[in-house]
Amino acid sequence: MKLSRRHFLTLTGGTLASLGFSRWSLAQVPERRVLVLLELQGGQDGLNTFIPDDPEYERLRPRLAIPRGQRLPISPHLGLHPALEPLLPAWHAGEMALVQGLGYPRPNRSHFRGIEIWDTGASGGEYLDSGWLARGLPASFRGGYLTDGIVLGHNPGPLSGAGCEPLVMQRLDTFLRRAQRFRELTARSRNPALAHLLAVESGLARARGDLARALAGVDLQEDAFPNSRIGRAMADAARLILAGNTAPVIKLSHGSFDTHSNQLGRHERLLRQLAQALAAFRRVLQAQGAWDRVLLMTYSEFGRRVAENGSAGTDHGQAATHFLLGGRVKGGLHGEHPSLRHLADGDLAYTTDFRRLYDSVLVGWFGVGGLYPRRQQPLLPVLRS
Amino acid sequence: MKRNRSRTQQIRRLLLIWTVLLTGCAQALEVEEARHLLLRTGFGATPEEVEALLPLDRQSAVDRLLSGMRSQPVQPPPAGMDEAWPDRRTLRKLTQEERKALRRKRREQGMALKEWWYREMLVTPSPLTERMTLFWHGHFTSSLRKVRQPALMYDQNLLFRRHALGNFAELLHAVARDPAMILYLDNQTNRAGHPNENFARELLELFTLGEGNYREQDVREAARAFTGWKADRRQRRFRFVRRQHDSGMKHFLGHSGRFDGDDIIDILLQQPQTARHLVSRLWRQFIVTPPDAATLAELADDFRKDWELKPLVRKILLSDAFWARDNRGSDIKPPVVLIVGTLRLLQLEPQKLRLLVRVGRQLGQDLFDPPNVKGWPRGTEWIDSNSLLARQTFMARLLRGNRRMGLAAGPALSRLAIRYDLQTLSRMLLAEPPVNGPSRTSGSETVAALLRDLSWQLM
Repeated sequence: MKLSRRHFLTLTGGTLASLGFSRWSLAQVPERRVLVLLELQGGQDGLNTFIPDDPEYERLRPRLAIPRGQRLPISPHLGLHPALEPLLPAWHAGEMALVQGLGYPRPNRSHFRGIEIWDTGASGGEYLDSGWLARGLPASFRGGYLTDGIVLGHNPGPLSGAGCEPLVMQRLDTFLRRAQRFRELTARSRNPALAHLLAVESGLARARGDLARALAGVDLQEDAFPNSRIGRAMADAARLILAGNTAPVIKLSHGSFDTHSNQLGRHERLLRQLAQALAAFRRVLQAQGAWDRVLLMTYSEFGRRVAENGSAGTDHGQAATHFLLGGRVKGGLHGEHPSLRHLADGDLAYTTDFRRLYDSVLVGWFGVGGLYPRRQQPLLPVLRS
Repeated sequence: MKRNRSRTQQIRRLLLIWTVLLTGCAQALEVEEARHLLLRTGFGATPEEVEALLPLDRQSAVDRLLSGMRSQPVQPPPAGMDEAWPDRRTLRKLTQEERKALRRKRREQGMALKEWWYREMLVTPSPLTERMTLFWHGHFTSSLRKVRQPALMYDQNLLFRRHALGNFAELLHAVARDPAMILYLDNQTNRAGHPNENFARELLELFTLGEGNYREQDVREAARAFTGWKADRRQRRFRFVRRQHDSGMKHFLGHSGRFDGDDIIDILLQQPQTARHLVSRLWRQFIVTPPDAATLAELADDFRKDWELKPLVRKILLSDAFWARDNRGSDIKPPVVLIVGTLRLLQLEPQKLRLLVRVGRQLGQDLFDPPNVKGWPRGTEWIDSNSLLARQTFMARLLRGNRRMGLAAGPALSRLAIRYDLQTLSRMLLAEPPVNGPSRTSGSETVAALLRDLSWQLM
């Protein structure tokens, strides 16, 4: 069944809309895994989030350093920013993994190019026109879900190109309402442009119908989530996950983390909103028995300069620590924290190539092949088998 | 009432026939042909504009379009363009607050610039100028996001307008000296001994030869020739910095010499491949199916003699391929054409153009900020589930009468409904018969249904 559907897809140019029939029937099969990608827009300051116990840190950040007594110690050498307190239960349950020093050679400090590199999984001088998940998850694999992926917010980057057709929406309910005007069309056309429009419209109508049906049985208390933008987005993500096999990947974003000035207050607020939303996400999915099929991963275009700047903020830097969350995550510290004494142009030098993490997710979580040569890049043991 | 209408139409038809006879041309345009020409060379047209073309034959219709082209905008410059760019000393002395204020001001100027172009497209009597300016903006991409100085993007827009259908050789030489281009493709940091290949690569790959028609060594050598070609942000002009220029020997496409940037461009202009690449791009602007090899060769050989754009475009517009039935309605309207075309048809001029800028961005066309160096998407690339949803949401809102935009579509819709019967309107407006079939409503709602139809997305 899967084969013939995908066969048809290839024949018709690979749009979501061109699926011969509804993917609805798939919701009946056993529930599949979901990757929740969380983009921390603007360049998240990993250093003030996961804080190494090193006097160099206080010396380089006289105004920004989080005082030792306020950090939440999670290892002999590392403390969390106090705003991440809502995540402590996940950490203590061994469901939160920190991957330290993520980056790549020849780093780029432009927001635009930086996120393009993370989205496509390219190296510094390489330009790819499709996202890493669009390439990494084969069409036959994506066919096991109602959609190729769902983006709550902007930038379908990791899911764009390579025949991948994610749905992009601001809020789930708004999408369901707006897409209501679309109908599955029986009209056909010899005009290729019109045929494309007809196919996309039909696909949209079908996806809307499929999602609405799948969501109908979901029982979710919206007020279990904080009333922030990220809180509402995480609630939508939870609904989509509880609805069954709606998407292999759900992407959200939070920010802006581009804290060039007066960083402390803003960063604190962003981290608190994030941690509260994630704690609610975990509670709800655990209560409904779905937590084991969810893997959440954060990323950002770059980390920030180690030394603070003249306006109590930080400028664009290189490596940063990111985290994974989920029922099957192997909690703890992974990779090596970059040294504060051997900086690269004043930045943290990367210790783990971010594409190693990408392959670990593709292979370890989705069970598909990796995108990068394994020899130089052994997988990170971030998941429990 | 109804009889009255058909009587007016009869009179009008008689008048048309009369004009046709007077001008003595046997092949007057059909409604479908007039609509097709105005859609592909502009933003579509009101029924009146379609009717105005009907007495003409293909050649006179095309010549009228080409001779009416403007090379200057109709409006004065947008606000803030004449403001001086602060020099480095002043910039360094700014406080954090002042810097923030400066960034905010620049953002506002950028927005004013985008609004300015929308207004220009809404009011211009020469839509082909706008379409060609948009074409060059997609061919010689630069973006406000990277250039950061709205005045330079404005200057570049004026450059594209001036040469819209002028001389390609002149345009190419001018683009290589254009400050926005120099900043966008990093030629600003292209110095002797420290070359930056960004501009040189795109010059070969996108602007002239096309991918696969040069070697990496040609890119490296061209980059050396453009060292020291810099932008002066304060003066808003080109600056040649001799001590940063590499005056050594270069080997480029089989030629050797102490080339500078102009020499490189002249060598590129000797390449038949440059002409073929440009003819293909321009052909695609008007005709969806690529030209056959013989047609391409013929057009390219002629084009290369003097690089004049207008005769080339004239030949393309008069080709059988342009008028072929299969070419009609076979393209997707770019977002800007959809937005501006709908507003022009309904003769609506929003007070807050900012909203149009935002809609354009949602639909995937943020003027002055193309997605990447390859420029705008084309044809069906414009349409995926998200953009189609955004397009139809925009149309629905607009036709409902959008209070936030200060727009009331109702009167224009009723006017159209009164003047024309449904069948005529459908032929004049839609490039394919309506997908939804004949509507069961009447009056202005019928017209609105045509514009909500998928066929309205075609051009």
